Amino acid sequence: MLEGILLGLQTAFSVQMLIMVIGGCLIGTFIGMLPGLGPMSIIAIMIPVAISMGDPAAAIILLAGVYYGAIFGGSTSSILLNAPGVAGTVATSFDGYPLAKKGKAGKALTVAAIASFCGGTLGAVLLMVFAPALSSVALLFHSAEYFALMVVGLSAIAAFAGTGQVAKALLMTVVGLMLGTVGEGTMFSLPRFTMGIMDLQSGLSFVTLAMAMFALPEALFLVLNPPKPGTGKGEEIKELRITRQEAKSIAPVIGRQSIQGFFIGVLPGAGATIASFLGYAVERNIASKDEQKEFGKGSIKGLAAPETANNAACTGSFVPLLTLGIPGSGTTAILLGALIALNVTPGPRLMLDEPQIFWAVIISMYIGNIVLLVLNLPLIPYIAKILTIPRNFLIPYILFFTLMGAYIGQNNATELLILIGFGVCATALKFADYPLAPLLIGFILGAMLEDNFARSMQLYDGVAFITARPMTMVLLCVAVLLVLLPSLRAKQAKIKSKGIADGD
Amino acid sequence: MSLDRWIALILLGFCVVYGYTSWFIMDASLAPFMKRNPIWPSTFPKILSVLGIVLSSIILLGFERNVSNTTGIDYRRLHEYKLGQAVLLLLLMVLYALVLRPVGFIFSTSLFLILGSVILGERKWLLMLPIAIISTLFVWYLVQVVLGIYMRPLPVWIGI
Repeated sequence: MLEGILLGLQTAFSVQMLIMVIGGCLIGTFIGMLPGLGPMSIIAIMIPVAISMGDPAAAIILLAGVYYGAIFGGSTSSILLNAPGVAGTVATSFDGYPLAKKGKAGKALTVAAIASFCGGTLGAVLLMVFAPALSSVALLFHSAEYFALMVVGLSAIAAFAGTGQVAKALLMTVVGLMLGTVGEGTMFSLPRFTMGIMDLQSGLSFVTLAMAMFALPEALFLVLNPPKPGTGKGEEIKELRITRQEAKSIAPVIGRQSIQGFFIGVLPGAGATIASFLGYAVERNIASKDEQKEFGKGSIKGLAAPETANNAACTGSFVPLLTLGIPGSGTTAILLGALIALNVTPGPRLMLDEPQIFWAVIISMYIGNIVLLVLNLPLIPYIAKILTIPRNFLIPYILFFTLMGAYIGQNNATELLILIGFGVCATALKFADYPLAPLLIGFILGAMLEDNFARSMQLYDGVAFITARPMTMVLLCVAVLLVLLPSLRAKQAKIKSKGIADGD
Repeated sequence: MSLDRWIALILLGFCVVYGYTSWFIMDASLAPFMKRNPIWPSTFPKILSVLGIVLSSIILLGFERNVSNTTGIDYRRLHEYKLGQAVLLLLLMVLYALVLRPVGFIFSTSLFLILGSVILGERKWLLMLPIAIISTLFVWYLVQVVLGIYMRPLPVWIGI
């Protein structure tokens, strides 16, 4: 392990990687601030750049930097304008904006920056401890367990989708898996579902699908329903210092939320957004009576809690990706896709086969968090100026980068038409409240899921692998429970609310 | 019927076609020796098609109550939104896809960026033109020189 860490240090501190970290964090911060654009669209737009660099370590370091940079940047617009840039920072605006209105915008930004830094750094420490441990357990898994584990992951994502959404999320996952079967599979060199079209022989392009699912609908939504300019006027930023007493009061919050946020991030399907809301709620409940009254009116604790939790959760979501090769969220699914495109298969073997990638990513997180802290504290007043870029200029550029991303991946203009077609479908799905992340996760996991399923079927000559391997059986039962429990709860809610007209 | 159920109906149709292909058409081209294999290329799609049909029927028949509107945008108020702008932008994207190769990167992209802003209601020509042209040249340089991916810069009839 020590050898790996040293190798990671060596890789992560090379000039190229440092540029990647700084560049990624800056891009992430800039775009994360813009209301309406989430980390997934930014990462989707960045993939072609990352892939064409050709170095998997550089690619994932860049994309990871963009990811936590975006979460960091989102908090700035939450605090200054009450217009959260990403869903994970909505809870930040509960207390951050009241603080800014009181003229303490500078203090609020400092608290957010410190909380994010601590959350991210403590998360990276936990990642360093848990990822190797989990990955050594995962080495004992066979194809059958892998298959079952992926089923658990996919059903957990659906289960966390929320009340009344489980069936939709599952359906989206299945559609994603179906789209993944298009083209020639690895197990059988037989073209499937290509309808005789040559272009489909190699399957649908992951980059195109990622752009169509995230970047295009978000941009179209910005056109259709421009976000309200925010209730804030962009308060003047001054007095960045916090007192020693304030630091003392938020220290335990940061400690607790780093750990809680990290573990929520590890769970598939529960990412930064759930972690930040839960962190806020937990801290409000355990605060003293007097402090509880402050929550929602500009409490420093209420600001530190979600900020710590969302950054820790971002780091936590790397655990299943790096150790099992199973992404728990749309963002990590895109990272997985980028790694596969660069011929690296994340999984328990990653730590042994490619220690420089595994450890460089973790080390780069420390560097990234320091970069964010150092860059953002002094530069925040200037960076906040980007919030005033008119959307008339911005949207054509977002659309253009989306198109360019799909084009330079394939160098094929037909790909652009496919992108627009899928993008329109995705927008319709988004209108009808279908979650889009499960579709992409299903699409990316599809090939691996089928390979492991096929291998276990061949080894056990049929579906006997389910009963012959207790671990597989248990995992599959967990998957079924995960899907059924929320559905049953929704059913109960439906019975309770009988008599209320059911929409249209 | 609400939009999510209409979409479930469409997806049900998709799953039925997918299922029909995997259950009845795909196996015809399977080599005889492959038939002794416990798993066929069509096995996984068969399972998926059944799952897809069941799930889309659940949504279509309304077994699961739809509670939340998480996106914060409502299709019932579509006419209040700037639908015209969105459709025009989509058309502009299709047009861009069609002319990118024959007209070349520099002209088509500058035009795309300018027209995109115009559609969104921007009229500051003096600001718009230089920004669009400079960023086009910058992106072309980035893709062509830094990333090393060939893109035809000028129209076919001018050369290269």
